[in-house]
Amino acid sequence: MTQTSKTQNLPTPNNHPRITIFSDWCKSCGICVAFCPKEVLAMTADHEVLVKAPEKCIACHMCELRCPDFAINVEEHATGPDSQKGELQ
Amino acid sequence: MISNSQLVNKYFRHNKKFPHIWCPGCGIGTILGNMLRAIDALALDKNDIAFVSGIGCTGRAPVYVDFNTLHTTHGRALPFATGLKLARPELKVLVATGDGDATAIGGNHLIHACRRNIDITTIIFNNYIYGMTGGQYSPTTPHGDKASTCKLGNIERPFNISQLVEAAGATFVGRTTSYHTLQLQNIIKKAILHKGFSVVEVITHCPTTYGRINKKGNAVDMLKWQKEVAIDKSRADKMEPKELEGKIVTGILIEKQLPEFCEQYDNIIEAAQNLKNSKPGGSK
Ligand SMILES: Cc1ncc(C[n+]2csc(CCOP(=O)(O)OP(=O)(O)O)c2C)c(N)n1
Ligand code: SF4
Ligand code: SF4
Ligand code: SF4
Repeated sequence: MTQTSKTQNLPTPNNHPRITIFSDWCKSCGICVAFCPKEVLAMTADHEVLVKAPEKCIACHMCELRCPDFAINVEEHATGPDSQKGELQ
Repeated sequence: MISNSQLVNKYFRHNKKFPHIWCPGCGIGTILGNMLRAIDALALDKNDIAFVSGIGCTGRAPVYVDFNTLHTTHGRALPFATGLKLARPELKVLVATGDGDATAIGGNHLIHACRRNIDITTIIFNNYIYGMTGGQYSPTTPHGDKASTCKLGNIERPFNISQLVEAAGATFVGRTTSYHTLQLQNIIKKAILHKGFSVVEVITHCPTTYGRINKKGNAVDMLKWQKEVAIDKSRADKMEPKELEGKIVTGILIEKQLPEFCEQYDNIIEAAQNLKNSKPGGSK
């Protein structure tokens, strides 16, 4: 299963980091949500990671470094909702 | 800093092997990811790395990455790695091993690798239990804690891995946790650059066996515990032993230079050849 097979690519305000969740790899452990210093992320009732406040993201990358499943990606200086830079080629 | 997608593209056998087999929240994937970031920061060529493991959940790590990899038998990662390093000393040899793999069945190999000071970097994923086989106690299970083979509490005292390898002669010893990812990257970088036998002990969590049977909560709770008990060596050095009870000292604990095994072996080969050549009738 590739990392792109199903992604949750949320609209990101210009010049804010773009956060992508690779749903097929995410195991809903909640680590990214629990340790984000800015409460950018939330867990939905369906156990999906929701990027609830992308504008607060400071691109500290802690969610990426701690995710045991390589299922979250933070791309700095994304320029629009259709940027695919962070994805698998 | 390299993003997760870039890391996956560059280092993983991602088309066949993912998602990986580790349980939700297990620390093994986190340690592997930060090991790869350390390697990336050092700009090492993938072909110059050999990544060796034994058996266990930790032992699965090399399966996922695109280095030269060896997935060997339980407890024997270090003997395989030793042979490999002697045959191909130009390779950077890294070993991933669980606490059971490294200190129970492989305990003898560990202490002798330390004593030899062979240039191998060994990362010990210490989750205090045998994860893969269903939560039997390991040599690092804390006294009094439960496992599937000691349901009323462990009556053995645990090894302190960092102290064990220091006493056995490792010339680089670092310890951190799977919570402290930046420190983990830094220590692994230094361990790889160190000439000689280096050990990085990473305190990590197995929520499925150790966590469940000891009621330690989920992966998030276990990471919070790691954050709480870790204390950096620079601070610990100024504290009394009593204040350090229940704490885990992290950082680079030992770093010293001593003659390395492969280099000494080369010297012996040269000495033997000189001896042969100097004898009457010896080849010129
Ligand atoms: C010779 C041999 N004995 C026993 C086993 C069964 N076995 C497989 S993994 C394992 C222990 C795993 O624990 P650990 O090394 O701590 O790694 P973890 O799974 O916790 O990462 C054991 C006993 C085996 N595979 N081979
Ligand atoms: S990069 Fe940092 S601030 Fe942004 S979502 Fe991840 S943990 Fe939160
Ligand atoms: S840390 Fe990774 S696997 Fe866990 S919930 Fe977040 S994205 Fe999913
Ligand atoms: S059993 Fe434990 S060590 Fe093994 S993958 Fe699951 S959580 Fe990780």
